[in-house]
Amino acid sequence: MSGSAAMSDIALAGIGLGRAAAAEHVSARAEVYNMDVVRKFLIASVFWAVVAFLVGVYLALELSWPSLNFGLSFLNFGRLRPVHTSAAIFAFGGSALFAKSFYVVQRTCRARLFGGEALANFVFWGYQFFIVMAALSYVMGYSQGQEYAEPEWHIDLFLTVVWVAYGVAYIGTVLKREEPHIYVANWFYMTFILTIAVLHIGNNIALPVSIYAAKSYSAYAGVQNALIQWWYGHNAVGFFLTVPFLGMMYYFIPKQAGRPIYSYRLSIVHFWSLTFMYIWAGPHHLHYTALPDWTQTLGAVFSVMLWMPSWGGMINGLMTLSGAWDKLRTDPALRFSVAAVGFYGMSTFEGPMMSIREVNALAHYTDWVIGHVHSGALGWVAFISFGATYYLVPLLWNRARLYSTRLVSWHFWIATLGIVFYITSMWVAGIMEGLMWRAYDQFGFLQYSFAEAVNAVHPYFVIRMLGGVLFLIGALIMVYNLIMTVYSPTTEVSVTERRDAALPAGAALAGE
Amino acid sequence: MFIRHETIEKNAVLMLVLTAITIAIGGIIEIVPLFTIETTVEHVKGVRPYAPLELMGRNIYVREGCYLCHSQQIRALKDEVERYGHYSLAAESMYDHPFQWGSKRIGPDLARVGGKYSNDWHYAHLINPQALVPESLMPKYAFLAQTPLNYDIIEEHLRKNRGVGVPYTDEQIANARKDLEAQADPAADNEALLKRYPKAVTVAGNGRAPTELDALVAYLQVLGTMVDFADTSTEQLQQ
Repeated sequence: MSGSAAMSDIALAGIGLGRAAAAEHVSARAEVYNMDVVRKFLIASVFWAVVAFLVGVYLALELSWPSLNFGLSFLNFGRLRPVHTSAAIFAFGGSALFAKSFYVVQRTCRARLFGGEALANFVFWGYQFFIVMAALSYVMGYSQGQEYAEPEWHIDLFLTVVWVAYGVAYIGTVLKREEPHIYVANWFYMTFILTIAVLHIGNNIALPVSIYAAKSYSAYAGVQNALIQWWYGHNAVGFFLTVPFLGMMYYFIPKQAGRPIYSYRLSIVHFWSLTFMYIWAGPHHLHYTALPDWTQTLGAVFSVMLWMPSWGGMINGLMTLSGAWDKLRTDPALRFSVAAVGFYGMSTFEGPMMSIREVNALAHYTDWVIGHVHSGALGWVAFISFGATYYLVPLLWNRARLYSTRLVSWHFWIATLGIVFYITSMWVAGIMEGLMWRAYDQFGFLQYSFAEAVNAVHPYFVIRMLGGVLFLIGALIMVYNLIMTVYSPTTEVSVTERRDAALPAGAALAGE
Repeated sequence: MFIRHETIEKNAVLMLVLTAITIAIGGIIEIVPLFTIETTVEHVKGVRPYAPLELMGRNIYVREGCYLCHSQQIRALKDEVERYGHYSLAAESMYDHPFQWGSKRIGPDLARVGGKYSNDWHYAHLINPQALVPESLMPKYAFLAQTPLNYDIIEEHLRKNRGVGVPYTDEQIANARKDLEAQADPAADNEALLKRYPKAVTVAGNGRAPTELDALVAYLQVLGTMVDFADTSTEQLQQ
């Protein structure tokens, strides 16, 4: 008997069981789970999304018209850029992950969040405090000077405490589950929690100048520091922006499509191979540098191999829609989730391609890399989060439906257009930079000065900025839609309860 | 399969242990040898710890996020070597805590910017980049010229660098304040400074207290100048 067939059987059994027990379950369930912390993180994620996009647009404006730096230290590109990346990755992405992982783990384990209100609230407020502290420290001029690991040592220590609390709440819930099986989404979330802890601690080991100074010196130097940073940096992409968002995909796409996961076996194979291979890929950020060749080659080989498990996840996500493709026409929230998986597939092809040494020789240091990152961040991370958010808000606030499906559709198309502006302009700008830097004239001299290449990409920087503006407008439409949803009248019978009556208990495990 | 996946799926602790092993392998195989293989960092002459003023300038470079637009890593590619100079050696950043190789060039590479322009050029450029390079996207750093350099605990900075492996001597730590002030004052006797830190470039000052801009210029002027490539054999460059 194949895995997926087994899962379907459990699903059927679950539905049968659920129907019988529905009456008793209904009133109890609302209190069974801690949905309060999920709501809080969901609001935070939407708020930080707007902040991240707003700062991103401002940075794009600065790169188009540098006078917008105004010579003010705290507005300068160098200080604001970490605010943008941290807001996008840790504040928006992180809060979205906390919200959805806490939702998923309780539902699929049929267990209330471990540690009670206090632990959940500590994780929420602690994490928000971390975000605000980090952002303020960047603009005030405190930085470790390592990408995506900019917070100084005292903030790092605080985050470690919060992260451990998160791990305790999450894994504690898994341990006290009422379901024998751990649902696939949880595999991804647990790997995320564990690996990010290892990466964060490993990369941030540093010696503070004094206990009173927000300044430290990294324990590593030069070439070793470079590799450890990109072991961290690339796996921030791998284990923060990919693995747990796949967890999101494994729960919400089956839910939205009303179909079980396409292949149980594929999810096992791609989970373990993805986890194993991602960790090797860091050195592709350091091609042709002072990093020894053997390490570069190893990194490139694993990066190319990574294409396969990545597409394994994409196939599993997309094929889950088999027999439910028609829902894409009527459910624009599902459209977000599915387009996200499409963008995931695209950027996980582009990434391995760019990690080949010869391609990297052209692409590295250029805006092509920026475009690649954003096809992942906007297309995959943001879209899958939007899809899940549109699904969750009516459920969590007990509303029959979203305020407007039409507005979701507008959001989708405006945001998609924004991404297209963004990534195509960065492709052109990046490849142009790469070609201009290496161009020779007929006499064998370098043809262009660096400044000429800077000048040449100006129009594309403006187009990129416009792409960002479109994406921001889309997000603002979402904010309006969600607020109106929350302020619309409550349904008489809670939606959570009705859904539970239809799909309770074992259905959670069964890929629902 | 030698182990039924169902077993793992039903045991959270087992799954976490297996995940930990799975993620450890790649990291260990790639990272550990970099600390143990002798030739990872080339044995070339000339690389020295940063002079105190350079170190403080470097901290400003880090603080302002210069690495977000400027790389400090010339790749072993023909056009890069022609544009920026000899490709970067691992040895040249062996005392960099943290490394500042960068990942994006919105501005040019700075690994060998030292000595390429005069001090005056750097002061004018940092205060108003567009005055010298109209196309430049760089923010203005005039505020650094108005900010006095805080070097109250300069000895502690050197000591902590020694703590993470930079070979500062007791003499260098004891004289840190004196060396810093000497490098920021063209009128000062800098013989002792140059003995402790060969090729250190003295920057403007004219009797005023050192500013953050002075420190940054001192740092920029030493970048990539420590190794004398005319005096370095190919064998020494082998990794």
